[in-house]
This record gives sequence, C-alpha cells and structure tokens, in this order.
Amino acid sequence: MKKIIFNIFLAVSLLGGSLNVVAETAEEKGLAIAVEIDKRDTGFKDSTVKLKMVLKNKQGRSSVRELRTKTLEVTGDGDKSLSIFDKPRDVKGTAFLTYTHTIRPDDQWLYLPALKRVKRISSKNKSGPFMGSEFSYEDISSQEVDKYTYKYIRDEDCNGVGCFVIERYPTYKNSGYTRQVAWINKQEYRPEKIVFYDRKNALLKTLEYKDYKQYLNQYWRADIMQMINHQTGKSTDLSFQDYQFNTGLSEKNFSRNSLKRAR
Amino acid sequence: MLVRYTEWILRWRYLVVIVSILAVMLIGKGAADLEFTNDYRVFFSKENPQLTAFENLQDTYTKNDNVLFVVSPQDGKVFTPDTLLAIQDITEQAWQIPFSIRVDSVTNFQHTYAEEDDLIVGDLVEEPGSLTLEDLQAVKVVALNEPMLINKLISPDAAHTGVNVIIQLPGVNQMLENPQVVVFVRQMLSDMKQKYPQMDIRLAGMVMMNNAFPEASKRDGVTLIPMAFLAIAIVLFILLRGISSTLTTLVLVLFSIIVGMGTAGWLGIKLTPPSASAPIIILTIAIAGAVHLLVTMLQEIHKGANKHDAIVESMRVNFMPILLTSLTTALGFLSLNSSDAPPFADLGNISTFGVIGAFFLTVTFLPAAMLILPNKAKYRVTGTHMMADLGEFVVRRRKGLLLSLSLAVVILISFIPKNELNDIFVNYFDDSVEFRRDTDFTTSHLTGTYTIAYSLDSGEENAVSDPGFLQQVEAFSHWYRQQPEVIHVSSITDTFKRLNKSMHGDDPAWYRLPDSRELAAQYLLLYEMSLPYGLDLNNQIDVAKQATRINVTLKTISSNQILALEERAGQWLMKNTQGLHTEGASPALMFAHIGLRNIESMLIGTTIALVLISLVLVVALRSFKYGLISLIPNLFPAAAAFGLWGILVGEIGLALSVVTAMTLGIVVDDTVHFISKYIRARRENNLSSHDAVRYAFKNVGVALWVTSAALIAGFMILSQSAFELNAGMGLMTSIIIAIALMLDFFMLPPLLMKIDGDDNR
Repeated sequence: MKKIIFNIFLAVSLLGGSLNVVAETAEEKGLAIAVEIDKRDTGFKDSTVKLKMVLKNKQGRSSVRELRTKTLEVTGDGDKSLSIFDKPRDVKGTAFLTYTHTIRPDDQWLYLPALKRVKRISSKNKSGPFMGSEFSYEDISSQEVDKYTYKYIRDEDCNGVGCFVIERYPTYKNSGYTRQVAWINKQEYRPEKIVFYDRKNALLKTLEYKDYKQYLNQYWRADIMQMINHQTGKSTDLSFQDYQFNTGLSEKNFSRNSLKRAR
Repeated sequence: MLVRYTEWILRWRYLVVIVSILAVMLIGKGAADLEFTNDYRVFFSKENPQLTAFENLQDTYTKNDNVLFVVSPQDGKVFTPDTLLAIQDITEQAWQIPFSIRVDSVTNFQHTYAEEDDLIVGDLVEEPGSLTLEDLQAVKVVALNEPMLINKLISPDAAHTGVNVIIQLPGVNQMLENPQVVVFVRQMLSDMKQKYPQMDIRLAGMVMMNNAFPEASKRDGVTLIPMAFLAIAIVLFILLRGISSTLTTLVLVLFSIIVGMGTAGWLGIKLTPPSASAPIIILTIAIAGAVHLLVTMLQEIHKGANKHDAIVESMRVNFMPILLTSLTTALGFLSLNSSDAPPFADLGNISTFGVIGAFFLTVTFLPAAMLILPNKAKYRVTGTHMMADLGEFVVRRRKGLLLSLSLAVVILISFIPKNELNDIFVNYFDDSVEFRRDTDFTTSHLTGTYTIAYSLDSGEENAVSDPGFLQQVEAFSHWYRQQPEVIHVSSITDTFKRLNKSMHGDDPAWYRLPDSRELAAQYLLLYEMSLPYGLDLNNQIDVAKQATRINVTLKTISSNQILALEERAGQWLMKNTQGLHTEGASPALMFAHIGLRNIESMLIGTTIALVLISLVLVVALRSFKYGLISLIPNLFPAAAAFGLWGILVGEIGLALSVVTAMTLGIVVDDTVHFISKYIRARRENNLSSHDAVRYAFKNVGVALWVTSAALIAGFMILSQSAFELNAGMGLMTSIIIAIALMLDFFMLPPLLMKIDGDDNR
C-alpha cells in the first residue's frame, strides 16, 4: 500500500512536473509510464468477457478452449477474478478464482465439478502455461504496477503510431522471465506488443495486441491477443467477445462459496 | 600419341609444374570453408522413414536433445543437505544453458500432496540446508518411489542422480549452436567440480554425442593422418630408394588430398567422421599410379635407358592402366552415392575428387617433376628378383594353388551368414572418447542412453483424459516395464494416479487412475495451472490433448534386440488396444534400422558399380574373356573377407555396408595391372601363358606388392580411429585388399594359365 501511494505520488509529481528541468532517469520515466497505464485503466469497477483460446503446435494442429471471466476491480490491492471454463466439455463448469496481490503470492482456488470440491492451489508457481497454452498465468493475470520494475528505453513507431518502448523486470522470484520489452501506445497508454525474454535472457515469446476497442469512453481492450513461442514454434490466439463493464458485481460474487454456484 | 604427349609434358616441364601447383592451390582454397558437422541426424537421409517419424514426434511434443549431468557424491549418498544443495545449484544454473527449455532434477521435481483441502504443488526439495534427518529420509522415500524419477534421475541405491536439461536447438546454424551449448556446459562443469569437490560429475546426452563427432574427427586428423603419411613415406623410400622420387610422390599425394578436400569445400560438403577419413583414403590410393610409373621408369633406367627415355617408355606402358584403374576406383567410390547415409556418399565423392586429382597429377606433374629433380639413387627397384622367383613358383604349383585357394574362398564364404547386423551408436566411439566413457558410466549406474518413444493417439480431441484410453496407456506402460531390456518408462498415467491420490488426502488406496473423464480432465487442468515455468506437460501431451507420449529407456542393447523389442511392442498394441497401434521412434531405432537400410541401398550401388567396372575392363582389355575372368579376383576378396569377419567378429553395421562397393574399385586395380601386363606379353611378345605370367610377375609384381602394402598400411592406420565406423571400415578394407593381393598372385595366374592353356600362340 505504502509503495503504491509512493509510486503514485512519484508518478504524479513526475507527470505534473514535466515542465521542471529535473533530469528524469530512464527508470523513473519507465515507472511513470506504467503508472499512467494503470491510472487510465482505473475505475471500471467490474467487467465480464467471453474468451476463446486457439492453441497451435509446430505442425499447425490446433485445439480450442473457451471460458468466461469476471473481474472485480480492487483498489489498494490486485484485482479479483473468476473464470468459468466452458470448453473442452470435460472441464465444463470448472471455476477458477484468483485474488491477485501486488507483492505476496496470489490466492487461487479451483472448483472441480467432478469432485464437487473447492481446492486451494498452493503453489508459488505462476509461470507455467495456462491451460496448456503459450500464455502463462503471469501473462494474463492482473497487471499490477508493483509486479515489475521499469526502465524507459526509447521512442519508436509501432503500427503507425508513436510508442514508448519500456523494459520491465519481474519482481516475482519464480518468474519465468528475466525481462519483458513492451511497446506502449503513446496516446492511449495501452500495450501494442510485448516481447518476453526467458531466464537466460533469450528471446522466448512475442505477444501482439490487435483490434483495440474503447469501452465507456475510456477503457481500451484488445479483441485479439496473439502469442508466439519462438523457441518451440507453438502459438496461442486469444480472442475476446462481449465485453461488459460496470455490471454491478460485488465481493459476494468473488467469494470461495460463490465458486460452486458459478455457471 | 602417348609418346608425343609425354614429350610435350617433358619439354614444358617447368610450366607444367608451376601450373599444377597453381591449380592445386586454387582448388585447395575451398578447403578453408570446410566444417565439421555436429548433428547425429546427418547419418540419415532426408527421406529416411525412421528419421521422419522421429521428427514428427518431436514436433508434436518437445525436442529430445539433452544434456544430462550425472552427479555421484563420493560418500555415495545423494540425500544429504550438501549434495541436494549442489543439485539445486546445478538445476538453477542449468536454466542458463543456451537453448535450454526444460530442466529436471530430484530437487525441482513437482511433488504434489494434500493438506486439508489444499493441493500443494512444489519442488520436492525447497531448502536443502534446513532439512532435518527425517525430512531427508522423507524426500528419499518420495524420490525412490516415484516412477518418474527412479532409474531416470535417481539410482535405486540413491548413490547417483541426474540433472537432465532439454535443449531445443533452433537449427538455424547447428554448426554454431551445439558447440555453444557444449562450451557453456563444460565451463559449468568445471565450476561445479571446483565448488563441490566432494562430487564426481559427468556429462551425457545427445548434445554431448553430437559434439563427440567433430572431436573424434579432429583427433583422427591430428594423429592418424600424420601417421599414414609417415607409413607411406617409409614404404615409398624402401621401394624407390630415392629421396627425390619419394618426396615427389609425397607431394603428389598431398596435392591429391588438397584437391579432394578443396573440392569438397567448394561444394559445401560438411565433414563427418566417415568423410573426414577421406584424406587417409586418398593418401593411400593416390600413390598407386605414381608407384607404377616410377617402378617402370627405374626398371628402364636400370636396363640402361636415360631418364628422359625411361619416363617416355613408362608413360607409354602405364598411362592406360593408370587411367583405367583411376576410372574403376572412382566408379567404386561414386557408387557410395547410393548409400542411405549421406556421410558415406560424401566420403565417396571426396575420395573420387582425390582420385581424379591424383590421376591428372600423375600424368602431368609427376613426369615433369621427375625430369627436373636430380635422382642419384642406385636405380634398382627392391624385390624384383623375389618377384621373378614368385612367378616361377606360381607357374610350377598352378594346379595346387588354384584348387586350394578356391576351396579356401568357398569355405570362408560359407561363414558370411555368421555376421549379425548391429549399430549401437554409443559404441561408435571407443574408450578414448570421453563421451563414451561417461555414457558407459551413466548406463551402468543411473539410466540408459537408448530410448524408444511412442505417441499414443486416442483419435479424439481431449480424449487423453478418457479412462478407457488411460487404462490402455497404463497397460502398455506396464507391459513395457516388465520387459527385461527396459530400465525406465515414463507415462502420463503415473501423474494421473499421483494426482488422484493427492486429491483424496494422500490416501494410498486412491493411487489409481481416475474413473471419470471429467475428473481426469479437471485434475489435469488443476495440475497444469500449478506447474512452474518449463516444467509443463507439453513434453507428454499434445496441444489437442488427444495423444500422449510414452518414453521408454533401455539398456544398451544390439540392433537386433531393439528391433525385436519394438516388434513385440507393436504386436502387443495390435492385440491389446483398439486403434492405438503405432510405431516407436528414437535415435536408437533409427540407428538400428540404418545398417539394413544401407545394405539394401548399397546393393543397387554396388551392382551398378560392378557392371560399369566390368564393362570398363572388357572394353579396356579388348577382351570379353579376360574381362570376365577379372571378376573372380575382384568379387571373391570381399566375399571371403566377410566370411572371415563372420568367424572373427560376427558383427557388421553401417560402415561395413559400404565397404564392398568401395573396395571393388580399389582391388580391381591390381587385377587390371596384372592382366594388362599379361595380355601385353601375349599379344606384343607372343609369349606362352606360362611365360606371360612370369613376365607379368617380373614387371608388375613389385608395384602390386608395394601399392597393396601401402593400402593395407593406410587402412590399418584408419582402423586405429577413435570412431568405430572408420575403424571397422579400415580393418575390413585392409583384409579385403590383402585377400585380393593373394588372389591376384596365386589364383588369377593359375586361372589364366588354365583357360589359355600352356601352348604358345
């Protein structure tokens, strides 16, 4: 909490004080960008979306997964989210509840309808693949400012618009990455592309955000996220449908007990 | 015409020598681009069905290339805080190895257990330093009872353990990628040895094997090639007794090698241990023409001719036989192109370039240089008298020789079926290679290098969780575990059983496959979500969750045994499963098939070479009869040698499958030289068959004896190679050449005399 307040303070002072000739370090500028991204994405309260994942291997064989995700914005800590799996059929009804935290490990529960039990997943590991895809859990969980440290690299054109190129370094010890390079749209402060480097700092994956749409006149969401693993030749396309914001969800919908009722 | 040609060469001798040197230098420039390959897959053609099957399997799951650190604490105990700390350290460091995508060890094994309603998934060993004796014992029990670990990453006596690193080489430039891994891994090894002196650490795995290829080639290059040069120099000097003729021949040989290797470089051929042995082969073959030319020249001088005339006469009588023998030798080598193993095709082509180069140099550079250089030796060829005596002996004992040798050959041939096909790729390297020693150690103490992988396909998306399918997979793994050749089987069913147990409060009664598809699928989902970076299930389950990979680790067994095992497994699948029948794939299977595949492909090549060589002989000797007779001493040596091999060794493989075609072109040379002299004596001098044999012995006997001795010496040196394929090829070729010489001396002449009768024409 303290750190966030400090960060916001820092960011505000940096942004507000951009007229000042105080030399801004690359780290400060990187952080300021991250804070601004976070700021612009604040206030949507809750959202729901349908999600389709298409997994492909090197030979081009593919497989589809479908799920719905509800998210509750939490101020002062990471967001809460509940995912309900629809496809494949044999995991239909499986529900996954996450309380994202900024510094300590996230809390995760899974409801298994076949076992009719809620199981808490106690694992420090958030870097494994999500449903066998090229997205790891850490790639798709709520992106909190404090999960990384930052460094501004340069300005660069991406897809015809001006972008900041920043590097971010996971603060999470068991992360699968040494660093990520992100291209941030200068106007809308949204990521256009992220390149992931593995533990030995070798190129691992590229994530591209496509077909951005704006909701509630403020919040940008990409309809398509494409992840390519350069080392294995596998890829995963995520496509989102039916974004709804501010639907009146509350803490109640994100409790352990709500898991069993989730449909 | 030949006389005019030689006169021309001798007149322009300085120009000829200079142009030769320049041409060789130009071609030799290509050798700068030569590289040693470091990929065992080069032994397989692109169309090889076993290679294709293996590549498909790897594309469906993950690559199988690996580096295995084998750790043996000197106190014989893996489960101590110190050793576990070191294992954890190596595991951690191993993620830094270039192109590593996965690291498995006993410390990072993803252990699952229940705690009330929590499923806990985590490293089996978290903080080794803080483990009590009880904790250590508990960890040991888990590890030794875990089917994924036992006999794979931990030995049953808990004295040896492994850290396995999966390497995914991008394959953009394997020449750079594999060495990059090896350099890093070796640095890591030496750091670790220093840091943990209480442990022995060894390196195994396919990456290390890839690396052993160039290392073996380079070793051979440094030790064997100089040795071969020395041997040839000694043979030449004893025979020719002249420094300048010996030196000129050595230079000619060197030039031939440069031409062969240079052309290979220009064509972008990559060197493998077999093709890297080309210099030794060129070296021993290239001297033949020169020896024949020089011996005749020296004999002419001894008869009283001056050097100029002696060279002209020698060229006159030798040019055609040299052209002919070069042609047949080249045909033999070119037939290696039918081999299914590209390294042998390369060897054949490089040798062909060398042989062609040697021919041109022998008829240009050699006579020119001989006239320029002073030659103060006593012009007398060693052994001429002995050869005359030998000829006499053969004429006298012709009947007995023909009979006894025919009998001996037939007896030897009857032993050919005693040979068994065997290609154990680990044994391609001898004990002097570190990879072999470390791999042998690994096999006898921890786990095997031989594997077979199966992709069992349920035929329906997501059906990998289907209980019916899982039961069949389980039964197959169970069957495999019972086979005596098997060390370890990894199967996803073990993970399902473990999860089922953990989800039921770790009750051992639940250590069984989940009985509903939904339950299994949901376990899998839960488990996958709990796995850390790199330790996912992609190596065991395909993206569509439709098929799963079973990995079987074997003892080091013979090709026949592995093929028989795979056959048994196939039959088991056919009989006991519905539609799960599939063939196994692995490097071990690829190598098990390669000997037979190669023999089949070489049969065609050998036949074509045989027909072409026979045609050349018939045309060149201008006699159908002599052309056919010459086949006997050409075909019998290889057949007899394989019979002898059956008695002495009994195992043949990839390397020996190319020997027949290769030696065919070489052994035919002696026959050509002998018969052409015999025919010359009959046609030009009108001698009786007996006198013609005496003439041939006197005129060509020494050269035959010497060139054969040089060939045998050269190939015997090759048989000292650290690389078994070269060693076997060298030894076999030596035997064939020795038998061929014997037949040329003792069987061919009696045969000629028998067919021609002993009357004067």
